[in-house]
Amino acid sequence: MNVPEDLKYADSHEWIRVEGDTATVGITDHAQAELTDIVFVEPPKPGTLAEATKTIAVVESVKAASDIYSPVSGEVIEANAALDADPALLNTDPFGDGWLFKIRLSDATELDALMSPESYRAQIS
Amino acid sequence: MTSSFDYGRFSRRHIGTSPEEIQEMLGAVSAKDLDALIADTVPEAIRFHRKLDLPAARSEEHALAALKEIIEPNQVFQSCIGMGYSGTITPSVIRRNILENPGWYTAYTPYQAEIAQGRLEALLNFQTMVCDLTGMEISNASLLDESTAAAEAMAMCQGIKSGDVFVASSDCHPQTLALLQTRAEPLGIEIRVCNPDNLDLTGDVFAVLLQYPGTDGVIRPLTPLVESIHAAGALAVVSVDLLALTLIQPPGECGADVVVGTSQRFGVPFGYGGPHAAFLATRDSHKRRMPGRIIGVSRDAEGKPALRLTLQTREQHIRRDKATSNICTAQVLLAVMASMYAIYHGPEGLRDIATRVHRKAVALADGIRQLGYDVPMTPFFDTIRVPLGNRKAIEILRLAESFRINLRALDDHTVTISLDETTGALDDFLKIFNSGNDVALVLENPPVSLPKSLLRSGQILTHPVFRSYHTETELMRYICRLESRDLSLTTSMIPLGSCTMKLNAASEMFPVTWEKIGGLHPFVPVSQAEGYQRMFAQLESWLAEITGFSAVSLQPNAGSQGEYAGLLVIRAYHRARGDSGRTICLIPTSAHGTNPASAVMAGMQVVTVGCDDDGNIDIADLQKKIDIHRDNLAALMVTYPSTHGVFESGIIDICERVHAAGGQVYMDGANMNAQVGLCRPGDFGADVCHLNLHKTFCIPHGGGGPGVGPIGVASHLVPFLPGHSVIPTGGDQAIGEVSQAPWGSASITVISWMYIAMMGPDGLLDATKVAILSANYIAARLEPYYTVLYKGTTGRVAHECILDVRDWKTRAGIEVEDIAKRLMDYGFHAPTMSWPVAGTLMIEPTESESKAELDRFCDAMISIHGELRAIETGESDRENNPLVNAPHTAASVTADTWDRPYTRQQAAFPAPWLHEHKFWPSVARIDNVFGDRNVFCTCPSMEEFEPATA
Repeated sequence: MNVPEDLKYADSHEWIRVEGDTATVGITDHAQAELTDIVFVEPPKPGTLAEATKTIAVVESVKAASDIYSPVSGEVIEANAALDADPALLNTDPFGDGWLFKIRLSDATELDALMSPESYRAQIS
Repeated sequence: MTSSFDYGRFSRRHIGTSPEEIQEMLGAVSAKDLDALIADTVPEAIRFHRKLDLPAARSEEHALAALKEIIEPNQVFQSCIGMGYSGTITPSVIRRNILENPGWYTAYTPYQAEIAQGRLEALLNFQTMVCDLTGMEISNASLLDESTAAAEAMAMCQGIKSGDVFVASSDCHPQTLALLQTRAEPLGIEIRVCNPDNLDLTGDVFAVLLQYPGTDGVIRPLTPLVESIHAAGALAVVSVDLLALTLIQPPGECGADVVVGTSQRFGVPFGYGGPHAAFLATRDSHKRRMPGRIIGVSRDAEGKPALRLTLQTREQHIRRDKATSNICTAQVLLAVMASMYAIYHGPEGLRDIATRVHRKAVALADGIRQLGYDVPMTPFFDTIRVPLGNRKAIEILRLAESFRINLRALDDHTVTISLDETTGALDDFLKIFNSGNDVALVLENPPVSLPKSLLRSGQILTHPVFRSYHTETELMRYICRLESRDLSLTTSMIPLGSCTMKLNAASEMFPVTWEKIGGLHPFVPVSQAEGYQRMFAQLESWLAEITGFSAVSLQPNAGSQGEYAGLLVIRAYHRARGDSGRTICLIPTSAHGTNPASAVMAGMQVVTVGCDDDGNIDIADLQKKIDIHRDNLAALMVTYPSTHGVFESGIIDICERVHAAGGQVYMDGANMNAQVGLCRPGDFGADVCHLNLHKTFCIPHGGGGPGVGPIGVASHLVPFLPGHSVIPTGGDQAIGEVSQAPWGSASITVISWMYIAMMGPDGLLDATKVAILSANYIAARLEPYYTVLYKGTTGRVAHECILDVRDWKTRAGIEVEDIAKRLMDYGFHAPTMSWPVAGTLMIEPTESESKAELDRFCDAMISIHGELRAIETGESDRENNPLVNAPHTAASVTADTWDRPYTRQQAAFPAPWLHEHKFWPSVARIDNVFGDRNVFCTCPSMEEFEPATA
């Protein structure tokens, strides 16, 4: 299972890529494999204030509807518009084109609570 | 001594196995006799050792005669009460070929879509009809009744727009206003009732409900109302009359966001309240917030269009306590009837009916005006409001009754008269307003009298399906063509765990279509329904005896409604004792998803309790959660026998622990078929239990509804049984109504009455024993081939058993779904799939199947095991084998080319009995992912139905 080295991970299977004071969030390869074919994504609207570990989005597969939790707190600045037409991007490219939303961090220290690739790899193995 | 197996006994025909076969089966499960098997299975501590105090069994003809006598006092008057129920003529071709046809009424919810294309098509027609008439983009199929549909719309709108005030127009039907109150209060929603001419939209209003036409008959222009609602930032919900919409502007064109209503007047009898099919339609953008079941168009493995239930992840069995609705069972049979009524009459026919009804109402209004009454000139469709001046409405109602006509008192000095397609001559109506004397007036035949601005423009029901089957021959063939695509109990056993697909005997069904059962409006004076009241009283007392409770309410019209009603009763009990802080509901992880959804709707917070490896409630975890929430514990919801099909031996202890902390025990009665006569929930600790009359007590599943979910309660909860705002019923501190009608789906409760009357106490007991024997027999026969997952401490299962097929994923690359679909090739409906445990099959044979049928099913499963082994050993291709390609259609196995590595015989005739009778799935494996990614929920145009390769 792909677990890129340059990301941080939440135990609820989201990844976060930090660039300065903003970050991109998505779900992991492991999460998409567990969910199977994703049929619908409801990303947060820009302007939404996210709270770390609280529900921020919903993804649906044929079998399940799953809540996505924000790994960090902050303001959502962009949602991935491509997912509306092609939710399967979460399956085919979870760490790339299948990203969910971008967020402006309100408290960078929250990142310390997230997992390293090694820890996450250990969690899912 | 008589026996349930004597000649002449109904039980002998209801129970599928003969005494000799029972002996053979007992041998196979290594039990000395039935009593020894039961002693092994049911914990002694909960056993009920006396005979149920029920009348002795009656033969089919005696029970029918007895019921006829009981309901004899029912008076079938012409009911012009309106309030969401209208007289209608059920076309005989629909009555005979659908309502009275086991090919339609014994089918299950269409989860196995490949063998349910017939009713899925009829339901897609229903959705198309609703969308067309309401002017909306997407509809479900279907909801329980109009009032609960309005409540579902309320919950849905709160999910879209936040806020805590729901405004309802005062001209909504009063029972809808009352039911909204029931549903709103636990959720902290304020219901604000406003005059429609003066809506107060201040504050945190998230949606507004309008009735169109109003309960008083008045049609108000919708567009300005909707505009004002939108201007206030709220959503507009409109409750409609479908027949009126054939003439007047559809709410979709007026900007409505959600439209609800009932299809009852499309050919479905009053039934003293139900069942009927309601609906909810909305904008495409809100489709993922919709409650209820939705049929969508997908495609099958051969690329052809195929229908299925879509967007199922919204359903509470997946979302559990995050669901906004607990609705499961729909009203499929009634929705099918309504759709066929629209097909039978077609757009012109429906408009003709609507026009005739309207013109008759205009003529009557004119006549009553000529008699000196000031009937307002405001536009109406079929309901006339007659202000009586100083005269009392009650006097007019009494006079009307002497003409065998029921009117409605709108207030002390106003009556309304709602006409319908059954209304005949108007002479008697005029006499009522002329002190009972003859009237010499000659009524004109007036034209449609509606302002142009209200009239609907353009065509209705434009899809060809509504224009193709107007002759009886054509409609009969269309109905039978659809029926032939569906696997029902007329084909083979439907071994669905937790669903109890037992015999729905013809004698049980007969009374449903008697006029004295079907012909009563739910709000007639109780004096006209004395027969019904006598039948209810008997049935309630019988169900109370069977469950060990003090009283029963028949009002909840589905299992989910029973859960909701039961939890509200518990809530009311705590509050009446000043214990309003008790809001925690403990629910085991093994519970059906409806349980947590119902608890949330009842204003409770769900705390889950773990289960041990055997699927039983983890007592240590239960005690831990009880201790944490001791002061706030409202209830425990528990299914018994457990959802894993085991009689948990700890049940008494579990109930005692909950009671010791001040909580109440709610028992989910889905598995009551394992208990009848053997043990009673009321005896071993439950305070409330709902029954699924459509499981245990023989009401057919109707292809996905109707259901009936009465609740039984212990004596301390009797005062809180649900009441009703129009016809008083229930306890003296009743919770508000949970269903639109006082006795829910009254007309089908006769089915359960007939069942109990014909079985008698000994027949019911033997049925339970044989149900348990049959499940254990299947477990014993299949155990050499499959792992049987959960058993009680003595190695016995209850009335169902779970086969674990998860290891075949690694051994042969086969999923549980492949096995389910392969069973279709053998002519069977799959057992319950992946519930309560993912990757398993839960089999419930019921008592009604013969040993031959049980053996045939086991042989099919064993043959499939051989196919699995062949894949595992490499004899069959891992990617291209009869399982992954199942089901096989006639088209695929008779195609000119066949390029699969197994024969056509193996594909379609894998067992010898199939040469005698073969049920062909009408489509190949349906693509679920495509369907959920491309949600399309109305009839496709004919071109889209053309095969791609034609």
